[in-house]
Amino acid sequence: MLEMRGIEKSFGAVRANRGIDVSIPAGRIVGLLGENGSGKTTLMNVLFGMVRADAGTITFDGRPLVHHTPHDAIAAGIGMIHQHFMLVPAMTVAENVMLGWEDAGAWLRHDAVAQRIAETSTAYGLDLDPHAVVGALSLGAQQRVEIVKALLRGARLLVLDEPTSNLSPPEVARLLPVLRKLRAEGRSVVFISHKLQEVLDLCDEVIVLRDGAVAGACPVAGATRETLATMMVGRELPPPLARVETTPGREVLIVSDLRALDDAGVERLHGVSFSVRAGEVFALAGVDGNGQAELADVIGGLREAMHGSISIDGDDVTHATVTRRLRAGLAHVPADRATTGLVSAMTIAENLALRESDAPPFRRGPWLDLAATRALADERIAAYGVRAEGGDALVATLSGGNQQKVILARELGRRPALLLAAQPTRGLDPGATRFVIDQVLALRAEGAAVLYISTELEEVMAVADRIGVMFGGRLVGVVSRDDADLTTLGLMMAGAA
Amino acid sequence: MIEDILAASVRIGTPLLFAALGGLLSERAGVFAVGLEGMMLAGAFAGVIATWLTSSLGLGLVASAAGGMALALVVVIATQRYGADQMVTGLAVNILALGLTSFLLRGFGARGEAPVLRVPTLAPWPIPWLADLPVLGAVLFRQPPLTYAGIVLALGVAVWLARTRAGLTLRAAGENPYAVFAGGTDPVRVRALAIVACGAIAGLGGAVLSLQQVGTFTDGMTNGRGYIALAAIIVGRWRPMAALAACVVFGAADALQLRVQGFRLPVSSYVIQMTPYLVALAVLAGVGRSARLPAAIGVPLLRERK
Repeated sequence: MLEMRGIEKSFGAVRANRGIDVSIPAGRIVGLLGENGSGKTTLMNVLFGMVRADAGTITFDGRPLVHHTPHDAIAAGIGMIHQHFMLVPAMTVAENVMLGWEDAGAWLRHDAVAQRIAETSTAYGLDLDPHAVVGALSLGAQQRVEIVKALLRGARLLVLDEPTSNLSPPEVARLLPVLRKLRAEGRSVVFISHKLQEVLDLCDEVIVLRDGAVAGACPVAGATRETLATMMVGRELPPPLARVETTPGREVLIVSDLRALDDAGVERLHGVSFSVRAGEVFALAGVDGNGQAELADVIGGLREAMHGSISIDGDDVTHATVTRRLRAGLAHVPADRATTGLVSAMTIAENLALRESDAPPFRRGPWLDLAATRALADERIAAYGVRAEGGDALVATLSGGNQQKVILARELGRRPALLLAAQPTRGLDPGATRFVIDQVLALRAEGAAVLYISTELEEVMAVADRIGVMFGGRLVGVVSRDDADLTTLGLMMAGAA
Repeated sequence: MIEDILAASVRIGTPLLFAALGGLLSERAGVFAVGLEGMMLAGAFAGVIATWLTSSLGLGLVASAAGGMALALVVVIATQRYGADQMVTGLAVNILALGLTSFLLRGFGARGEAPVLRVPTLAPWPIPWLADLPVLGAVLFRQPPLTYAGIVLALGVAVWLARTRAGLTLRAAGENPYAVFAGGTDPVRVRALAIVACGAIAGLGGAVLSLQQVGTFTDGMTNGRGYIALAAIIVGRWRPMAALAACVVFGAADALQLRVQGFRLPVSSYVIQMTPYLVALAVLAGVGRSARLPAAIGVPLLRERK
């Protein structure tokens, strides 16, 4: 159905695609697997006409696509669902579907389109109201709007870029049957991911990209996580984590009966109490949106607690400023690294100095000590293996994994007594994820307390000493890792235990 | 008396209405319309010059639209081609228009003095039968032609934005231009066209001043009306009919201050002349908190460098 031959694309000095050959047969779900920066998204943007390839040919359904625009790609029958949805939040589902669609008529046929959305939605089990405003929908529903858009435009090849990275497990479970139904109708799906298990569960074939080239392609039957992971990173994955035995010490973080509101003024945290000891990792598992984000904000000092108390090392910081919490020993790796964690438009050195710019070595008299700042940046860049040209590189130019390394370098470099890490590996490839977890465990071995919030169960199992599960704004259970099994945790996460 | 003031409000609100409608198209497409003042001024000037040279008011109107468009093209090139800041470009264009029209005007006079170019004005067109209605007749149906045109245009823009695919695309360009791109349309082109349309309509707003109300061009004759139109857009929450209502309110403030000046109050006339602007400030302070800008307004968008 689709043949891409010898695709080359460079952005400046970076060769994102170096001669990629890909072929997608009809009626198949093909996984496109690769680490961040391996060239998956660029390849699909070339296919969709969002960027123009430097060299190579594309044939779709026997017809060549040359110097095509997204408009031509849609007309040919290619539908693309981007990782960050291309929707207008302020408009309704129907308006979003009509946007740029000739069949909607020069004078919009609003009712007819709404009718077709409702029919398609029923046929595929998408559960969409054509008159709902997109901004008020969950991310899973927004993704289904994108699917309806593509289907109504007659897409025979659907490309989904990291479709599960922003979805909760129930929403993922809902998406997969839709994709299987599309395959049953003879359409093809390209499923871009770096989650091995999903690719193994869903896809018929898998193509692995590494450093902008095809590292391997095979049918999924017979492939294992190990073989795919090896193709992806080009080396054997290290054996499971070795943990240093520690004896939990004093209670560093004590949270009691914490309640808080979300941005809309709805109570999302209904009285949560726990403590984290020195030398242990307490992980909070749970599906997104069950109060973890609010809890992290309240402990980090970004959101006011409505009720309850927080103390760090015996110091009551419930209503303290962020600065006082930092002095008490807190380090915070926020979930939203690009906007809360870093100032993207500033350099690595400046971001590293942000927290402590009013103290030596960054300060000398009333001035910033730029030389010391730069020296420290170079040292941290080397220590944390940040792939950047130097301390003067803008944070915005770094990949997600390297941005996270900059945050870790800043937060862990202070030798904190307490680390609050919220979704620290979200969107990172396996290599970068492993790095983050290693750093967290190293901190634990040094005797710090760690509160680790994640939606990935496997990761929680790997890193935690004790596991708490959040559901509906409450802590519904705490188990020690050695007694935990995935089934029980899964049931607690679904509110069924 | 009330009838007079209402009729004057509509008349005085007309240039604001044109400018506001043009600016609304630009802002809904995602480009701040700070250059409205300059586009109006260019339109007022071009209209007078063309009418004076050809003795045709029709050609004068065409020229005023073209004058606004010429200035809009400067905005298009600076903001859409080179990604210049929309606010700064708008202000620059306003200053450019003020200086350029004053300079060119002196080219038509002797020894560099500003001439007074007298041109005929568009006379009121009473609409048969409707003009004889009590109150409404005087307020709405004994107006000059561009006032009718402005009201029709407001209705047209409202329907076009809400009910056509082109209108939907324009609104989407102001909310999420990447969604427009992914949908197969070039959002830079959409924005460029919206700015040019804004220039043409705001230029006609200038013609309302020079060809319908005054009959000549004087330096800086728009006198801040472009900025009042910006306020009207915000007060009307980027909706054409609500912007129309806001323009009439600002027109009423102006009509009242003209009347009040005649009462010989013990207050400087300059203070009284400030009232429309004070009204604008007060109303903006009132609605400012709840106003929701188009989400992607001011966000520059550059084509991938090829």
